[in-house]
Parts: sequence; structure tokens; C-alpha cells
Amino acid sequence: MVQVPRSNPRRRPRRGRYPARYSAAALLRRGKAPWPPIWRSTELRDTYDIVVVGGGVHGLATAYYLASNWGITNVAVLDKGYLGGGGSGRNTAIVRSNYLTPDGVAFYDRSVRLYERLAVDLNLNVMFSRRGHLTLAHSDGALRTMRWRAEVNKHQGVDSEVIGPAEIKRLVPALDVSEAPRHPILGALHHPPGGIIRHDAVVWGYARAAAALGVEMHQNTEVLDIDVAGGSGPDGKGPGGQVTGVRTSRGEVSAPVVVNCTAGWASLIAAMAGLRLPISTHPLQAAVTEPVKMFLPAVVVSGSLHVYVSQTDRGELVFGAAVDPLATYDTGGSLAFAEELAGHVLQLMPGLGRMRLLRQWSGLCDMTPDYSPIIGATDVAGFFCDVGWGTYGFKAAPVAGEQLAACIASGETPDLIEPFALNRFAEGRLVGEKGAAAVGH
Amino acid sequence: MLLVPCPHCGPRNTADLTLVGESESRPDPSATTPQEWRSYLYLEHNPAGWTRETWYCRLGCGRFFVTERHRGQNRFRHPPLGPADESAGPR
Repeated sequence: MVQVPRSNPRRRPRRGRYPARYSAAALLRRGKAPWPPIWRSTELRDTYDIVVVGGGVHGLATAYYLASNWGITNVAVLDKGYLGGGGSGRNTAIVRSNYLTPDGVAFYDRSVRLYERLAVDLNLNVMFSRRGHLTLAHSDGALRTMRWRAEVNKHQGVDSEVIGPAEIKRLVPALDVSEAPRHPILGALHHPPGGIIRHDAVVWGYARAAAALGVEMHQNTEVLDIDVAGGSGPDGKGPGGQVTGVRTSRGEVSAPVVVNCTAGWASLIAAMAGLRLPISTHPLQAAVTEPVKMFLPAVVVSGSLHVYVSQTDRGELVFGAAVDPLATYDTGGSLAFAEELAGHVLQLMPGLGRMRLLRQWSGLCDMTPDYSPIIGATDVAGFFCDVGWGTYGFKAAPVAGEQLAACIASGETPDLIEPFALNRFAEGRLVGEKGAAAVGH
Repeated sequence: MLLVPCPHCGPRNTADLTLVGESESRPDPSATTPQEWRSYLYLEHNPAGWTRETWYCRLGCGRFFVTERHRGQNRFRHPPLGPADESAGPR
């Protein structure tokens, strides 16, 4: 079994020794003196207690909570590129908890609560803007699902309510709530706790706090293979085996625990341990406009029109869409996306006809059949997964990291992530979060 | 724009077709265990390289066919492998 030191999860989280703490007093005291780097890279050692594959927000959050809540600091986070260069830096930074299933609502609600105090926990301003979240309904069926979600949310203590066109217009005057559009707005699910957050700052905050506690991060370190002994498959890999380490582009590292925190490459990393996942990888395209004066006070989502939009603090409109229907690892953008996006946005807000798109990009999304993640232990001892995050990984990073750290350190699966175990597919108990997790259906 | 080589219609825009999924032979429903059946239903290989997959020519000939595509580079291997075995279902 996994041998890692244990500690009491209920005691106060550890605070690391930062090179410099950020505060108004520190700003005044330092004057123009340069700030020290937030973390320093070290040599890759040949053994660790835990190796986390993937230096995005999920991997860094897992490493941080292992160190702060459980005192496990002999941890290395490996990334083949740079920290936060994958989905963590490509998402549209929306945070919400208005899901459909009780399992989903409880899980994402915990995440929103962790995000709310993240700036204090990490001593870094992550710029959480709790501006409210509107999911528009364009049909009776959609309105019925909104009502269902609102009731499930309220039952779990999450603030959500269905509102009509007049109230929508009051909250977001730019929206066209008339009956003129092809898909008129009939109502919306209003979720006040939702908002946006600066995703890069979340990555840097977790990296800085984890480094301050002794966690090592290694960029440009690609995992090429995972060593497993005693498994049922060829080379001793697969179910029944025990992880012994990883082979990287910078040498071999032995570790009894390897955590797969990748997005886009989850299937490839799992295959290195001899496991097949129920995941197909799709690109998701997003785009941003030139900055304008603040006019959009809430996050607006339309499932029927496959679009979500929010205005950043700089004034740019950030658009996201559904995943591209074609499963591929190719992240090239397409004109078809920009054209469809523009048409849909103009249906919602006809006043934006003169706005110009500045750029578009795409990120890889690992889609599971039930629009829910795969998180927890697997049939290979010591190989943990935190993958399959589809289009909703960023908003779940704190809770996923916190709960996965508890799962690894205590050896027991916490209640919050128990519904999302990999074996739910073999046992036929899927979660069914499709109605509230994504816009593309 | 990605052109998909349909064996009946010739190259067509991907928007005209549906990727059904990885091409895998269906186990006999009456002779398989629930676990094997669910593996067939849910598990994917999802490689970043060459993949044998089934396509449905939705807006064209309406037929299923099997081809190989490189999922990292979105290239098709020519010629297509031919029609899917429709007696075994679309996958």
C-alpha cells in the first residue's frame, strides 16, 4: 500500500515561509526595492514521496493541500511545458456552483467557498469578482431544467433562482429580451455567488504557496513513462500493479505515488500505467474582443446558443463555446467557430455589431460520457487520477486538490469525490451532469 | 477546414459528417458480462496518433465507413478502409 506520513486534517493549515509576504505595509516598507521571485527551481532529485504529473491549477492545488493540510512536502510537480500553460491559462475563468445533481452541487459549492477565501489563504490577490451568473433559457424545456436546478441548489443551501425577462433586463440591460430573436429569452437561472477570477493568479498563488511549504516544481520535464510492477497487463502494468516511479525527459524518478493531473493528455498518461479511461479529447475554442467600457455586470450563459460571455476587469469580452464536435488533439482555431460565435452573441446582444475580436485560441478538454470528472484512486495502487474535467475543470480546482490530497494522504475516499470514482463506469452508475455542466448539447 | 475522405462521396467537409467513434468490434450482447459490455460502451484508447475510427456521412450518402486518422495532426490515411460492418452496429 501507499506509504505516506499522516497527520490530522482538522488542525490549522500550515502557512509556508514566503520569500516576501504581500501586504500594504510590505509595499510601503520595500519602496522601489525589487521583489524576490515567487519560487525558485531546484535540481530534479531521484526520489519523492509523491509525483504530480501536470503543473496546472489542479496539480498545483493538489500539491499545495498535500503540504498545507497533511504536512506532506516531499512532492514534485512535473510539467512538460510551463506552469499553467494548458487548460489553466486557456479557460474563461468562470466560477459557479449551480449544478443539477446533488453530488455536483455539493462538490462545486465547496469549490466556490474555497475560491472565496483563496486570496487570504495564498496571500495573493486572485481578483475574484463575485458578479452573479445568468444561465438563459430559450425554450420551455430549458426553463424547466432551470427550475429543477434552482430547487436542487436551494435544497443544498446554494443561492439560485429562476427570474423572468424583466428582471434579466434590469440586471443586464444589454441583453435583447424581446420576442424578436430566433431564440427569444424566456427566463434565466440567476446564481449570485457565481463570478470570474483571474486564472493566472490562481496558478501563481498555488505555485508560490506550495513552494513556500517545500514542494518542488519542475518545468520542461516531460513524463515519458510510468513504472508499474505486478500488474495484470504486459510489462507488469495495469490493474493490480503498484506504481514505482516515472521516467522523465530529465531522468528517472522513483515514487510510490503518481498523480495524473493532466488535461488533454490524461488518456496518454493513464495508458503509461496500463489503464484505459472513458475519455475522448476535444478542443474548445474561446475568443476575446477589444476592451470597452464596463457594460456587462454579470456572466451570461446560453446553452441553446452554445456561448458564455463575461467582461474582464480590463473591459474585454471573453467568449467561450461548446467543445468542437471532432475528437482531436489539434488546437488550431477555425473561422467557422468565430462566425457561429459572432452570430449567436449578436442574437443575445445586438448592440455589439461593431465590436472587434482581438484573438481566439483553443484548449484541450477531456470529455467523459457523463460530463463529470474522474477523481480518486484507481486499480493500479499508487496511481491517482484527477482528470476528465471536460469544460468545467478550472472552477473545481480548489476542491479537487483539497479532496484528492485527503484521498492520497488518508487512504480513504472523501464523500465529496466518492461519486466521481473511475470504477463508476465499470459498475454502471454514471452521474448524469450533462444538463448543467456544459453548453454543447 | 478538414476534408474527410468518404469512400462513396469523395472528400467532404467534416461538418457534413459525424465521427461515430473509435472502431471496435461489438461483443455479443448475450454472451458478455456487464463489465465487458460497459468497457465496450465507455472506454476509449484516445491516442494522439493514428486511430481506426468509424464515420457517418450524415449529409451525404448516409453510410457508415471506417478510416484511419491521426488525431494529433488531423491527417487521414488514404485510401479509406471501406464500409463499416453494419451487421455489427455502427461501432
